Amino acid sequence: MKNFNLRDFGAGIWERSNRYQRIAIVLLVITLAALLPFAGASFLATPVAAYDAVLVYPVAIFVLMSLGLNIVVGKSGMLDLGYVAFFAIGAYTNGLLSMHTGLNTWEIMPIGIGAAMFAGVLLGIPTLRLRGDYLAIVTLGFGEIIRIVALNVSWTNGPNGISGIQMPPPILGKEFALDDQKLFFWVVLVMILLTIWMIRRLTVRRPGRAWEAIRQDEDAAELMGVPTLKYKIWSFTLGAAIGGAAGVLYAAKNLFISPEMFTLNVSILILACVVFGGIGNIWGVILGGAILGYLPDRIRFISDARLLVFGLVLVVVMNFRPDGLLPRKKREKALIKKGANA
Amino acid sequence: MFTVFIDQFWQLTVSGIALGFIYVLIALGYTMVYGVLRMINFANSEIFMWGTFGAIVASRDLFGYNQTSEPAHGAKLALVLFVQLFASMAFAGLTAVTVEFVAYRRLRAKGTNRLATLISAIGMSMVLSEVMRLLTASRPVGSPRILEKVILVEVWGAQIRLDTLITIVAAGAIFIILERFVKLSRMGKAIRAVSMNEDAAKLMGINLNRVITTTFLVGGLATGAAGFFYVTVYEYTKFNIGFTMGLAAFTAAVIGGIGNIRGAFFGGVALGLAEVYASAILGTQWKSVTIFIVLVLVLLFKPSGLFGEAVTQTRA
Repeated sequence: MKNFNLRDFGAGIWERSNRYQRIAIVLLVITLAALLPFAGASFLATPVAAYDAVLVYPVAIFVLMSLGLNIVVGKSGMLDLGYVAFFAIGAYTNGLLSMHTGLNTWEIMPIGIGAAMFAGVLLGIPTLRLRGDYLAIVTLGFGEIIRIVALNVSWTNGPNGISGIQMPPPILGKEFALDDQKLFFWVVLVMILLTIWMIRRLTVRRPGRAWEAIRQDEDAAELMGVPTLKYKIWSFTLGAAIGGAAGVLYAAKNLFISPEMFTLNVSILILACVVFGGIGNIWGVILGGAILGYLPDRIRFISDARLLVFGLVLVVVMNFRPDGLLPRKKREKALIKKGANA
Repeated sequence: MFTVFIDQFWQLTVSGIALGFIYVLIALGYTMVYGVLRMINFANSEIFMWGTFGAIVASRDLFGYNQTSEPAHGAKLALVLFVQLFASMAFAGLTAVTVEFVAYRRLRAKGTNRLATLISAIGMSMVLSEVMRLLTASRPVGSPRILEKVILVEVWGAQIRLDTLITIVAAGAIFIILERFVKLSRMGKAIRAVSMNEDAAKLMGINLNRVITTTFLVGGLATGAAGFFYVTVYEYTKFNIGFTMGLAAFTAAVIGGIGNIRGAFFGGVALGLAEVYASAILGTQWKSVTIFIVLVLVLLFKPSGLFGEAVTQTRA
């Protein structure tokens, strides 16, 4: 069993299956995921926070954001350390619109996504010419700027944040409730499934191939006629859109937002999810988001040392599995080149 | 809005330079490691934080100073400050070497992607700051006042205090020593060789691991010295001060051209001044925004920083 590899094992099953078996597998996985909120009494239970609430945030929303960040970092190889900016923009769009207009969460959703995408393009056009670590530091700065602006201008209520965000309206006659967040989990799950579907479609088409080429060698891609800046902006903007959607959902779940929720730590944590799970491989990323979202709440019994343990886990896993828990296929790995893009 | 700035221009300049010199030393920690490994040493901010604790441990536990003690004078003062500086540098240097050994060495040997190293570094900085948080019970730790903050001279209305002067002179001296070390010593030459071309350096018989450990040590020593000056000027530390200081210092390193030691100097001083001026004009809450906007502008028009990277990258 030395060479057992969960990714190859999973990919093997998938490749050997025919169309109907594949549909069955997909349905099975979705059903299992949808049943997760009912597993609260098992070993999965979280000691302090309510289990179904933890499943929504951090777990499901982390997974969603990791998928979005993976488009930027994993697919096209741009290191983004300011992903929280788009999350914050989505959340504040929901907060402000819900405060000033009568719009409900689902009506705000496209506006929030649009606002995040707009910010993505705005930031992307001047900065995506930068490479590697410079891009990382500029995006990091952008994330901080958004937070500081939210903290210091009056129309966001500054440090007091925005409270009284409205619950989403009922879906199919089922009401959202604070003490039972199963419905919310399913909503986020649907978002996750849509995102997975979108990423899988894009990956096998022109944008996906362009991103792959950019990630492996940007100069070569440019020479081969790939409009690299255009596809980089696309990748950045799509990532932003998903971050914005996650932000809208987060504000609707939490009903209260304040600038301190959108610190650099969130960006770093999401990046950690992506790399920890297996950068570039969506199943790895989902696993990473789920584990890193869930772990701090699960180990709350060692409450004071849990961040310490979390840091240790990151160091140990990265040292022994540098490509993450479920790495992408070997042939997809970029050439490792000193000084090349991350 | 501008009246404070104009009235206090020289005073602001003095404190900006003092702050800038602290940034210079932390930036040196980032830039040394980046020059050799092409890697952001994310844990450097926490190495700085450990350095500040080195200074406090020295004065409190070695010399028995506490919050009510009288400040020291004369030879005793020099001795205490010197031991504090030494302790800061030792704390930070040891931390830096440990970080390299625990979090980076194995990954480097495997030649893996840089993101894994980055996450390992982030994990390591969480560990460092959490250990300190648990040790200090999340409380800020005040430093006993060793140095009486007498005003030495007043130039154009700017008061130059003893701690400011010591910071500027001593930090400047440490910077020059380290810069000369990299420029002139045999080890420094090896460090520069590795930063230019790792493979060629290896073929020339350079012991890569020793060079990298030394790089981390030198960077850690500089960062630790910054910790000492921070404690001397602000007389307090906390487990989470590393983040803001580290971010600013890293920005300084990038502005000057990361990997470039002299660039770190100019970047640090420029950033210290920019931060103090921006606080005076726009208010302290906007200072980081100003810093980042300056950074973005610099990068847009001069992507490799004001002074360029020391070593031309294969692609930049």
